[in-house]
Amino acid sequence: MSALTWLALAGAVAVALLVAEEAHRRAAASAAGRRFLRHPTATPGVFILAFFVTLATAAPLLAPYDPAFQIDIVHLQNHAPSAQNILGTDVYSRDVWSRLVYGARISLGIGTIAMLVAVTAGAGVGAVAGYVRRWVGAVLMRGVDVGLAMPRMFVLLMAVALWEHLPLAVLVLLIGLTGWFATSRLVRAEVLSLREREFVAAARAAGAGPTRVIFRHVLPNAAAPIIVSAALGIGNVMLLEAGLSYLGLGVPSPLPSWGSMIYDGEPFMAGAPWTSLFPGCAIALVVMALNAVGDGLRDALDPRKETA
Amino acid sequence: MTPGARLVQVDGLVKHFPGARALLGLGRARRPVRAVDGVSFAIESGQTLGLVGESGCGKSTVGRSILRLIEPDAGRVTLDGVEVLALGPRELRALRRRMQIVFQDPYGSLNPRMTVYQTLAEPLAIHRLAAGPEVERRVRSLLEEVGLDPAFARAYPHELSGGQRQRVGIARALSVEPQFLVLDEPVSALDVSVQAQVLNLLAELQRKRRLTYLFIAHDLAVVKHIADHVAVMYLGKIVERASAAALYGAPRHPYTTSLLSAVPVPDPTAQRQRIVLQGDVPSPAAPPPGCPFHPRCPHPKKNDRCRTEPPALREVAPGQLAACHFAEEPM
Amino acid sequence: MTEPLLRVRDLKTYFVTEQGSGTARAVDGVSLDLFPGETLGLVGESGCGKTVTSLSILRLIPEPPGHIRPGSFIEFEGRNLLTLAPKELRAIRGNRIAMVFQEPMTSLNPVFTVGDQIAEAAIVHQGLSRNAARARAVEMLTLVGIPDPQERVDHYPHQMSGGMRQRVMIAMALVCHPKLLIADEPTTALDVTIQAQILELLDRLQRELGMAVMLITHDLGVVAGTADRVVVMYAGQVVEQAPTTTLFARPLHPYTEGLLASVPRLDTRVSQVRGRLHSIPGQVPAATAWPTGCRFHPRCPYAWDRCASEEPPLLDAPGGEAGAHTVRCWLLTEPQRRERRA
Repeated sequence: MSALTWLALAGAVAVALLVAEEAHRRAAASAAGRRFLRHPTATPGVFILAFFVTLATAAPLLAPYDPAFQIDIVHLQNHAPSAQNILGTDVYSRDVWSRLVYGARISLGIGTIAMLVAVTAGAGVGAVAGYVRRWVGAVLMRGVDVGLAMPRMFVLLMAVALWEHLPLAVLVLLIGLTGWFATSRLVRAEVLSLREREFVAAARAAGAGPTRVIFRHVLPNAAAPIIVSAALGIGNVMLLEAGLSYLGLGVPSPLPSWGSMIYDGEPFMAGAPWTSLFPGCAIALVVMALNAVGDGLRDALDPRKETA
Repeated sequence: MTPGARLVQVDGLVKHFPGARALLGLGRARRPVRAVDGVSFAIESGQTLGLVGESGCGKSTVGRSILRLIEPDAGRVTLDGVEVLALGPRELRALRRRMQIVFQDPYGSLNPRMTVYQTLAEPLAIHRLAAGPEVERRVRSLLEEVGLDPAFARAYPHELSGGQRQRVGIARALSVEPQFLVLDEPVSALDVSVQAQVLNLLAELQRKRRLTYLFIAHDLAVVKHIADHVAVMYLGKIVERASAAALYGAPRHPYTTSLLSAVPVPDPTAQRQRIVLQGDVPSPAAPPPGCPFHPRCPHPKKNDRCRTEPPALREVAPGQLAACHFAEEPM
Repeated sequence: MTEPLLRVRDLKTYFVTEQGSGTARAVDGVSLDLFPGETLGLVGESGCGKTVTSLSILRLIPEPPGHIRPGSFIEFEGRNLLTLAPKELRAIRGNRIAMVFQEPMTSLNPVFTVGDQIAEAAIVHQGLSRNAARARAVEMLTLVGIPDPQERVDHYPHQMSGGMRQRVMIAMALVCHPKLLIADEPTTALDVTIQAQILELLDRLQRELGMAVMLITHDLGVVAGTADRVVVMYAGQVVEQAPTTTLFARPLHPYTEGLLASVPRLDTRVSQVRGRLHSIPGQVPAATAWPTGCRFHPRCPYAWDRCASEEPPLLDAPGGEAGAHTVRCWLLTEPQRRERRA
């Protein structure tokens, strides 16, 4: 690895530290932020997330090799970590570190986009089901019950099995569209209680139509639980993607995702554990960080604690 | 509009809330709650009608039904001759410029995520009453009118005290320049000293803007201060309706009499004969037959007729209506 | 004069605020006496410290964020409650001193029958057997005027109305025949006709059981009808203390005066009341930043420079015996200022 790469890595750590520091400083200035900081793991969580996000965005600077580049298929198969390849190489003599860095893009990207899809769908359906009385809400929620009853992994496996060479975009969409049921229940419950609040009645009395009431008065007040469930949901999606990729059904090779890296290294676990170990650690770290931040947000955004 | 003309008229208003139902509304419904059971009254322009009763008597439902925040099941409501219950959604929204509501809970009635400015500017935007710098000017003058420093425009509700929030709620109602305000327990969540401030403000606004009020409250002493006419509700029905002077001076319905005597008076030397009603208010889902008040009625002449025949609301003295078989012989 | 049953001296209960922006001095130097068998009305608006005072007496303040400052002193039946061991304190709570709270909906445990809840204190404090405790529960329900007590004893709280639940709360509080009942806004959540029932009940029980009652309320009408003596609180302090008739006839603190004048009244003619109500200008200050000097001075119509700089002590009202009517106001030293304004 060149000096430049080391410098870039140091830079990434510095950026993550700065972000964590700044987040801490800002949080300490408000009551909600201090509730966030009361979780001892919240700030380290922010640091870990910031670090991996920096890796993903600055991947070309941080990766000494192209993630798909086979350095020397004859001599560098499953090579242990060394000065050249700090995390070693895999069975195709690709640099594990470079794949990890580019894999952050794929894994975090899938997690974020799929979660955005899920949250949008969940919030939309939940808001309608909660706000509209009569049969619409009941029908929607029975649909959600059906969705929740379906084993998600099974549905995804079926889609992958039936559709050969599933494009990545479709996979992400599928993950998102199978993941909004719980969110919609949460949002509906929130909307049901918000709907009865007097400020909603006041908005209606002022002449606001249903769209304005939902988007200006109801959803912003339901934002806290949505954000929290999204933060926790990203971790879930990443694990799901890793699971699919590990079964060889997720992100197609040679694209590096953390799950597919584990899959690639799995047959050589005994002789070359680094090929699976490092992406595994990355997944574990990010998921734990997301959970820590999610828990902190849950307390910070709890509106019941806001009146004091 | 000429003073003394009827601005608001309510006839035979009925609202039944269905009992809880099973899946998709297919199951057998439970007994409905008769929240409002045939309520009629009129309010003259520029006057205040006090609507009084204990919790669960249906007084808030009446207020919200007039504005169609709740859809009533039957009856007629007219505002300045316009049939409110016959309006389509678009016309209704336009009519809401002319009638507004102030709520009881100054904590729940403001959107916690909106600043005071946003809260006050929203109705202006909905009804396209102002745009650009004019919005800012209107918000400023509204805040001043309700006795708040215009600097409060940037504040969020949780930064305000209860009294200040209630002033913001009043300003929001006034922003569209309505003729008629439903005041739903506007001071009952406030401390005594602040309550007086808000009552004074409401009286002053009524004078200045020639507003017509429906003042809903459980506190008879507060209503006495602001109302020209008073209607007393019990179990979804009006049991007595009269001018304030008549109702407080010579109540005809035994419920009104008991209610008045139950209010604690801040005078330790007061020699009052207190009537303590026995029992609780029956459930509006299963009101007693006959006169709904008969199980608790302390009237000495109470008889079988009260238990079987519901008394009609009838005029017992000029301008004074009471629903009691013995209204001519008040307690 | 008899010995007081409860003697509170210089009670200070502070809270560390969540914002970290300082200390809320919720109760800041309260002294009061409560004599056996009397009803003391503790009056004030929200945030004046009346509830915190009552919770401090039973040491029910959550610590942290709250704490009772050293130097505070609460003596009950000759013992300092602030130095008692937790076990001794528990022997007093619910037994010698009982409490009734405002919310009859949330103060009862929904998963136990009302009989079980009433009997609990009798079992804990008096070692009654289950059967004896149940009999006592029925007896208590009869005492508080609940019809069909034999049947009601097995009901759950949700099967009862608000007024019934408040009666159950009172039965729970009285099961051990306490010497002192602290009732914190016992009728505020109730309708006026039910309020009248509960007030009448409290009045009767006090006479029958000979206990002292500390009635905490914001409603001056309730105080006028029930209390023997009134303590008015403002901004964490006692500002005026007097026998009820004296206080209502001759309020000396400008706050008491303003409060009495701002209550809408039923006992005046309609023609008289149609007009401006008296109101106290401004807002109640925050407990983290009480005003300097007299805490009422920013809202006081009589205030002069001394009020802003120097905190008045509780002074004896002229013409009474020492301690009978005390007022925390400099006007007592310069009564001519009041007349000049009037």
